[in-house]
Amino acid sequence: MIETGNNNMLEAHALECIRDDRTLFSGLAFRLERGQALILEGRNGSGKTSLLRILCGIRLADAGTVTWDGTDIGKLGPDYHVHTAYVGHRDGIKLDLTPLENLAMARALGKPNDTTLEAALEKVDLYGFEDVLTRNLSAGQQRRLALARLLVTDTVLWILDEPFTSLDVHGIQVIEELLDQHTSSGGMLAVTSHHAVNLASTTIQRINLSDLAA
Amino acid sequence: MTSDSLPRAFTLLLKRDLTLAVRHRAEILNPLLFFVLVTSLFPLGIGADPKLLQAVGPGIIWVAALLAALLSLEGIFRSDFEDGTLEQFLLSSHPVSVLVIAKVLAHWLITGLPLLVISPLLGVLLGLPGDAIIILLITLALGTPVLSLIGAVGVALTVGLRKGGMILSLLVLPLYVPLLIFAANAVDTAAAGLPVTAHLSLISALLVLSLSLSPLATAAALRISLS
Repeated sequence: MIETGNNNMLEAHALECIRDDRTLFSGLAFRLERGQALILEGRNGSGKTSLLRILCGIRLADAGTVTWDGTDIGKLGPDYHVHTAYVGHRDGIKLDLTPLENLAMARALGKPNDTTLEAALEKVDLYGFEDVLTRNLSAGQQRRLALARLLVTDTVLWILDEPFTSLDVHGIQVIEELLDQHTSSGGMLAVTSHHAVNLASTTIQRINLSDLAA
Repeated sequence: MTSDSLPRAFTLLLKRDLTLAVRHRAEILNPLLFFVLVTSLFPLGIGADPKLLQAVGPGIIWVAALLAALLSLEGIFRSDFEDGTLEQFLLSSHPVSVLVIAKVLAHWLITGLPLLVISPLLGVLLGLPGDAIIILLITLALGTPVLSLIGAVGVALTVGLRKGGMILSLLVLPLYVPLLIFAANAVDTAAAGLPVTAHLSLISALLVLSLSLSPLATAAALRISLS
């Protein structure tokens, strides 16, 4: 599932994020290596989602830089995106397509891996729903489909914004196992969650954004 | 990355948008219905004098085509923005401008091509001579892709706004004006039996210009809208 090769590194240097004249955080720095997980904590509105979007490269930081193996991610562009997968607050799936069609599109946008689309659906317990319109799935099932996007491309860094939203206890367990597998086989994880994330075999860094508020 | 992955993403995206359009038939039918209704209301409003209709016909058809395109523009990116798939395009390992071309091509196939197919009928309705109808078809074939391409830039800039519709019209309509002038005038000139190669060359130039610049501008505008 994960490309092999050199040890990648994601670094943030003196990141600052300003929203509506309010400084959400400043002077944020961290370093994330393979096999590690970064868990962002903080109150609502403390800038967790903004930080994740900065790490993705969708949003620009108001100050500071994010680098991948030492190069600014803005300069890398698609060469950075090929290593990352993002599941945001919005699922990023089309309700009028079937789960299979959604996954086929997600796979084509990145670097495909060996997992078949059916196998990816099976891993998130959606096997049997592959030809139902996504609109007719429950909110939790839609969320699991969004997370199944992670499994069909070959990426190192998973950036997840509240991955456990609308999942039931069993669903949370399934996804936690996937996250654990990802990091223990050399992947990186940057995640925000209100739910305590149990990753047994992973080095975890925690950053509480509420502490960094100016 | 394998070398055939970009063409694959392109065709899959095109197929995806066409599938979605088929599952939402109103998206195809609305602009077409608007185009036919507006054009066919004019003879009722201004009288059925063949000379008058022949004189204003090209202008009417082109203005109606332009407004029909404007009506359907938001569809290029709006729903993708709302469900988060647009973010995924920006985060893909392919050049965004190429994905934009696939989306614009899908939009043209869904909204522009039907107008093209039905326009000879409307030409007959307005009493245009045969030569003029052929030129009308050619101008629409060259011009409707320009409408989609320029429109995409406008939509990309306004997709993050809650009520972008009005600003979109204000942004895009002035850019449509040169096309409208040359295209309607070409059909007029053809109806008068004069050569129109100069008009067609100019419209082709507009097409080439927008085809080469608009995808880049659209990709940049999407980045701004989503940041």
